[in-house]
Amino acid sequence: MEPIYLDHAATAPVHPDVIETMHVAMKDTFGNPSSVHHFGRKARKQLDEARRVAAVSIGANEKEITFTSGGTEADNLALIGVAYANKQKGNHIITTEIEHHAILHTAEYLEKQGFHVTYLPVNEQGQVSVADVEQALTDQTILVSIMMVNNETGMIQPIEEIGELLLTHQAYFHTDAVQAYGLLSLDVSKLGVDLLTTSAHKINGPKGIGFLYIKNGTRLEAIHYGGEQERKRRPGTENYPAILGFKKAIELVESEREKRSEAYISYKQLFVDTLKEHAIDFSINGSTNTVPAIVNISFPGTNVEALLMNFDLEGIAASSGSACTAGSVEPSHVLMAMYGEGNEKTTNSIRFSFGLANDQAQVKTAAETVAKIVARLNNK
Amino acid sequence: MTDNANTRVVVGMSGGVDSSVTALLLKEQGYDVVGIFMKNWDDTDEFGVCTATEDFDDVVRVCNQLDIPYYAVNFEKQYWDKVFTYFLDEYKAGRTPNPDVMCNKEIKFKAFLEHALSLGADYVATGHYAQVRKVGDRYEMLRGVDDNKDQTYFLNQLSSDVLAKVMFPLGHLPKKEVREIAKTHDLVTATKKDSTGICFIGERNFKEFLSEYLPAQPGRMKTMSGEDKGQHEGLMYYTIGQRQGLGIGGPGGPWFVVGKDLRKNELYVEPGYDNHYLYSDGLIATDVNWINEAPTRAVVCTAKFRYRQKDTQVTVVPLGDGRVEVIFDQSERAITPGQAVVFYQDDICLGGATIDEIYKNNQRLNYVG
Repeated sequence: MEPIYLDHAATAPVHPDVIETMHVAMKDTFGNPSSVHHFGRKARKQLDEARRVAAVSIGANEKEITFTSGGTEADNLALIGVAYANKQKGNHIITTEIEHHAILHTAEYLEKQGFHVTYLPVNEQGQVSVADVEQALTDQTILVSIMMVNNETGMIQPIEEIGELLLTHQAYFHTDAVQAYGLLSLDVSKLGVDLLTTSAHKINGPKGIGFLYIKNGTRLEAIHYGGEQERKRRPGTENYPAILGFKKAIELVESEREKRSEAYISYKQLFVDTLKEHAIDFSINGSTNTVPAIVNISFPGTNVEALLMNFDLEGIAASSGSACTAGSVEPSHVLMAMYGEGNEKTTNSIRFSFGLANDQAQVKTAAETVAKIVARLNNK
Repeated sequence: MTDNANTRVVVGMSGGVDSSVTALLLKEQGYDVVGIFMKNWDDTDEFGVCTATEDFDDVVRVCNQLDIPYYAVNFEKQYWDKVFTYFLDEYKAGRTPNPDVMCNKEIKFKAFLEHALSLGADYVATGHYAQVRKVGDRYEMLRGVDDNKDQTYFLNQLSSDVLAKVMFPLGHLPKKEVREIAKTHDLVTATKKDSTGICFIGERNFKEFLSEYLPAQPGRMKTMSGEDKGQHEGLMYYTIGQRQGLGIGGPGGPWFVVGKDLRKNELYVEPGYDNHYLYSDGLIATDVNWINEAPTRAVVCTAKFRYRQKDTQVTVVPLGDGRVEVIFDQSERAITPGQAVVFYQDDICLGGATIDEIYKNNQRLNYVG
């Protein structure tokens, strides 16, 4: 059997049109966009065009887009950049227990630098409450960072409501939208965010590129030093082919969002229905308020290590929590935040995420294989 | 099972040369090979660096060279509960435990074996220097052909049922040849140094390590006739027959540890390698394991009382309750409670037990522990 890829939330295959675009970009244009000559201008023109497409995709102005090496760097820049630039206004930061490690570990770093960080809990469905944010705010709060869609459960967070709450507060509002971008239609003015992180490789673009939306007027200190690129917020010669590939991926996802969404909804339904048909004991983590591409399922009586290895040996690629050092899997911090430490769901849950690599037949086969393995593990 | 391609063998890979070559040989024989790294201990330092990460990295590189899938499993909890707790308890009791024997019994050939079977494995394989032989419907364990590397001592607690699921592809090879194979195939672990000592202590200072877990209680060091010879740093730091670290000078030396009294917190020392207090002619051991059928009457065989020691002639008398009496043909030096006594019939390892009481002329040597 050909392996079936159900791990699109980890990374997605690069779209053929993106590959073609990047191929042409590398062949035809090599100039440094900062150069004062024909070759440089040619690259600069394309770069500006890409920046415009990125800006339009979230309802922003192109001057508000800073290309970075990806989501992790954008998150680092948002948190550290805002914290350092605003420390005279306060030293308090609010985030959540379910953020990606790019946020959590950056927040821990800032704690070591003397900032106070509040990690908000979530309910059993994995959702942050607006009331908790309100309660945590103090006159020392300078930044609130809450992800838009959780990468493990797919749960959508109430960003718009939190944005509204923060309208009257000095704190800047950042959202890590890596898992939302492409799947949800985003408009920064409606969301009320000051900073927003995206990444290209989750939307079938290349790895190593992403952008941080930084609302005009946001006080932010650079974390890298060098040339004048990206308005000095992210110096370094632009990753031109990747940026053009990213642009193509954005255009594709913008034009196909509805179609893809419908497909993923049907995949998720088919997957869950097939498991039910096989009378497997399972439950879905999170509520129905999720993005269509992600489903996180707990299989009682099993454990993540055995599940993932068995899936892989049978050609099903999925994942759980976060892959860790030495390959061994720690309990998911997201599910721990939802169910509490020691709950068995934190060690028996798997994330399946659908995407362009899939079709109905694959999803059906995958669910049948999963059902077979779970039944075998439970009957041993 | 003659079709190797349809026979799944899960190899326990440590990131060392032995397990690397184990996987290589099985792959060459056409088996469906899966490499698994066991993380049993967390020694992450303040910078987040952990030896397991480095070792797993080597496993990854070797598996990619061999084009086999690889995974890591975490047995930290099982290791702590079954091996490390035992290790500390034995030291607390003034004995010298053998965590490798326990690790093989509880982790590698139990938790890991079960995990491998749940992955549809037909066999697990490790890089141990030992051999498995099928005799009728039983499985025997034989010494590895490399006398200097034979590891059956550490595997004495396995059973025929477990051996039925085990492969030791290095058992018929000398270590030198294993290194050669690794070099010929350009494995990244070909020149990696062999690990030494107890795995979770690694290169660190043993005393320092132990003191993190057990409070050291210094006490008096005495000769068997009661003469005070100074202070000891804590009974757990000394083992029977030990010469190093006593700090006793003067005439008559060198001095050796011959016993301890846990209740009085006293360490007993005597001069001379061949001091008669170090010698005994029998022992009683507990938790006996017979790889195949347990004998109902006395067995004449050979035995080892520590790793890399020559066998000696003994008679093993079953006492019931998992206890055996072992009577030596000739008196033996520095038999140590807590260590394993392992029985052999020529090259066949019959099983083993944990040394508990030491005897001489039918008198229990209470001073040994």
